Amino acid sequence: MKKWTRTGDTVLGRFDRQEAAVVRGLVSQIQDMLVARAEEAPQDELAELTGIRTGPSTPPDDPILGRLLPDFHRLDPDAPDPAEVDSANALRSLHEPELLDRKTGVAAVVLETCPPDGGEVRLRLEEAEAWLSALNDVRLALGTALDVQEDMPDELPPDDPRSPHLGVYHWLTWVQETLVEAVMS
Amino acid sequence: MTTPVEHERTQVDPAPEEVRTEDRPWQTLVWNDPVNLMSYVTYVFQKLFGYSRDHATKLMLDVHHKGRAIVSSGSKDKVEADVAKLHAAGLWATMQRSS
Repeated sequence: MKKWTRTGDTVLGRFDRQEAAVVRGLVSQIQDMLVARAEEAPQDELAELTGIRTGPSTPPDDPILGRLLPDFHRLDPDAPDPAEVDSANALRSLHEPELLDRKTGVAAVVLETCPPDGGEVRLRLEEAEAWLSALNDVRLALGTALDVQEDMPDELPPDDPRSPHLGVYHWLTWVQETLVEAVMS
Repeated sequence: MTTPVEHERTQVDPAPEEVRTEDRPWQTLVWNDPVNLMSYVTYVFQKLFGYSRDHATKLMLDVHHKGRAIVSSGSKDKVEADVAKLHAAGLWATMQRSS
């Protein structure tokens, strides 16, 4: 992977075969999780008639999905205000279907534009913006799974089971950082 | 002593308590988290809210150093839409009534 570069409204990057496989694999996994969540949404005749979709009203149990689909209010984990819980649940139900669409949509852009065997990645500006969101979702998911903290070292002790995965996380951080720089340049 | 006009208006106006409750604007908060990149958060504030690079950077630094920042405010509908957009970008955003 070389740093992303921007010329006009085109952003260029290059991945080798293994790097492309890592990006595609992780983005696909997130997309699968989001699609599975979308399928939990209540199906009802009224929604089909009105076209107004509603999602689940309770947060996901899975911590990764919980980070990708946050509550609309900051709830006290020990003593949540019941009125705020009701409001957060109602807002989730209302907004989650579109949020899931947007997140699976940016994942699809990455899968369409990242060649499976590696090589040049040529993106229009709006595709580069979709990549930024999708890479961020992957980093949020990995960061949650690895319990990443603010002062995370570059490497963990070799006996830490998270050690091999942290390298992937740091690499994705670099890919996203240089893509932000390219898009904003 | 009051003039008739003022007297009438006093009767028509809702109680001050009601005015405050109904008109109280909402706030969009973004919370610090250890994953989101400082450059990306700045980019998101510029892109979603049209803020200048300087203002977006200041808000990002507030999130980073103080743990949270109020990034927009207004009617409930506006703030709700802002939170939804921030969630799509992957930021940890919530909404609350202004205190």
